[in-house]
Amino acid sequence: MGLLRIIVPVKQVPETGKARMDEETGTIQREGVESIINPLDLYAIETALRIAEPSDGEVVALSMGPPGAHEALREAIAMGCDRAVLLSSKDFAGSDTFATSYTLSQAVRTMGEFDLIICGERATDGDTGQVGPAMAAFLDVPPVTYVSGIEHIADGRLRVRRLVETGYEVISCPLPCVITVVKEIADPRLPTLNGKRRARHAEVPTLGPDDIGADRAKIGLSGSPTRVVKIARPRIAREGETVRVKKEEDLAPAVDRIIAFLDERLPSGAANG
Amino acid sequence: MDEGVWFLAEQTGGALDAVSFELCRWGRGLADELGVRLSAVVLGETLPDVELAKLICRGADRVFCAEHPALARFLPEPFQRVLVELIRRERPEIVLAAATSTGRTIMPYVAAKLEVGLTADCTQLSIEKATGHLLQTRPAIGGNIMATIKSEKRRPQMATVRPHSLAPAAEDPGRAGEIIRSRPTGRQVATRMVLEQVLSNVDGTVSLKDAEVVVSAGRGVGKEENVALVKELADELGAALGASREVIDRGWLPYPHQVGLSGKTIRPKLYVAVGISGQIQHLAGMQTSENIVAITKDEDAPIFQVADLGVVGDLFQIVPALVRRLRERKKS
Repeated sequence: MGLLRIIVPVKQVPETGKARMDEETGTIQREGVESIINPLDLYAIETALRIAEPSDGEVVALSMGPPGAHEALREAIAMGCDRAVLLSSKDFAGSDTFATSYTLSQAVRTMGEFDLIICGERATDGDTGQVGPAMAAFLDVPPVTYVSGIEHIADGRLRVRRLVETGYEVISCPLPCVITVVKEIADPRLPTLNGKRRARHAEVPTLGPDDIGADRAKIGLSGSPTRVVKIARPRIAREGETVRVKKEEDLAPAVDRIIAFLDERLPSGAANG
Repeated sequence: MDEGVWFLAEQTGGALDAVSFELCRWGRGLADELGVRLSAVVLGETLPDVELAKLICRGADRVFCAEHPALARFLPEPFQRVLVELIRRERPEIVLAAATSTGRTIMPYVAAKLEVGLTADCTQLSIEKATGHLLQTRPAIGGNIMATIKSEKRRPQMATVRPHSLAPAAEDPGRAGEIIRSRPTGRQVATRMVLEQVLSNVDGTVSLKDAEVVVSAGRGVGKEENVALVKELADELGAALGASREVIDRGWLPYPHQVGLSGKTIRPKLYVAVGISGQIQHLAGMQTSENIVAITKDEDAPIFQVADLGVVGDLFQIVPALVRRLRERKKS
């Protein structure tokens, strides 16, 4: 098998629970919030490294984001990615999933031939999972989503196991293709000391719209078909009741209360069997 | 121009999936607000009239049905070509699909081909009175915010909706509608992908996404063997078994059981959290459940803030006692 070239799009996300929204544009405000690499992207990186290692293939991490997204890319290099490319420009700001997928795909086109694009299932901030399949559409390659295991890569074909609601599917397709992977696929490795050193010194080129030949009508806020028009904070606290089991005598009444609650709230009678 | 509301119904082996009837309800509501027709699109190998009529009984005015052996099960390329060509020809205003593994794959693929916007995993949809635009509301950032999204300029407006956000539409046998059948060409159904094998969940357990009742285990169960305790409660309630990230990361249960931001987002009728403290990561996956019962030792656990019934105490006492009581009741 020839050298495989694998591209892993990664996203820098605000740390869970600390994200703020820009009330005016409805996009995510990144300043002053600690950022991490999207946790689900680590599984994509791990998968890419495992596929590339035996064949001495190349793994390139690609990200679109503010200049600070360098950090996420360095983390990817520290884990073992060979190199990284950052797409950053104020013209990219405010991209929805359509503009993001288009921009990443344009970058992939300028990077030459590739065999595989491996994406995380979704980002934990936007939570859409749309970028992987949309990139496949822009690049006109097959999208294989929710991949939970790589069974085989040989002779320019890939065979994988895909997680669906009713079980699994085994799918095969020719390379190049886009796959999105779920957590089940592998345990992401930790960066090594060596990797961290390499990451510190790595050059991460920053590309703008002209470098990737982007159509201005398809990038950034103005190129995004969707717009966030309102942000609301849902009230999550409920007026719940509390039952305490501190001593032996509390147990029976507590169980009674749970059973009564189930009967009340599950008219279908699940509690009755 | 059709101006209508469309949805993609899903089928397995010629029988419609339950989520299709939820889409009937979503779509009917929007079509009524706009005063337009509701159309269902179904792709499959063979779909009998009696099956397709169910969509009409539940609210569709028309059913577009494309039949071909290559469409028996979901594959993105043929589905995309059939859908894109149908949408280009008929020009609907709105296209909905369920946020299932199929919907979440085909919709972004189709939306990118059509160069239109798409909103993922909506939990509310409505029509903006002044403009007629579709208002698409979805949870983001771990359920901490609800974002309302619009696609003003491009058509169709596309959205996936979270399964179980609405009850299935009721059946009205008197409703009339039209079934429009077509047979795609070989070119349309050509694909580079091969579905080699289908492996069903053979252990007979309920899948998390479809379950009415979910019982989940958290770190509070202490060790792998104790997950069985929670499983017993789940079985007794006919529930699917879920778990927090800690339980999955420790390898006590496999990933498909994970509920939370990096696992599944679910909205069952009843969610029972056992030994789960309720980190944001977990709450994001279950806090919109209709009813929540939490059983755990720590009175200050955040899970109690979202619980309708919080039971503070030792799960190793409470859960077995509960299981015993449920079993006694079944016998009597």
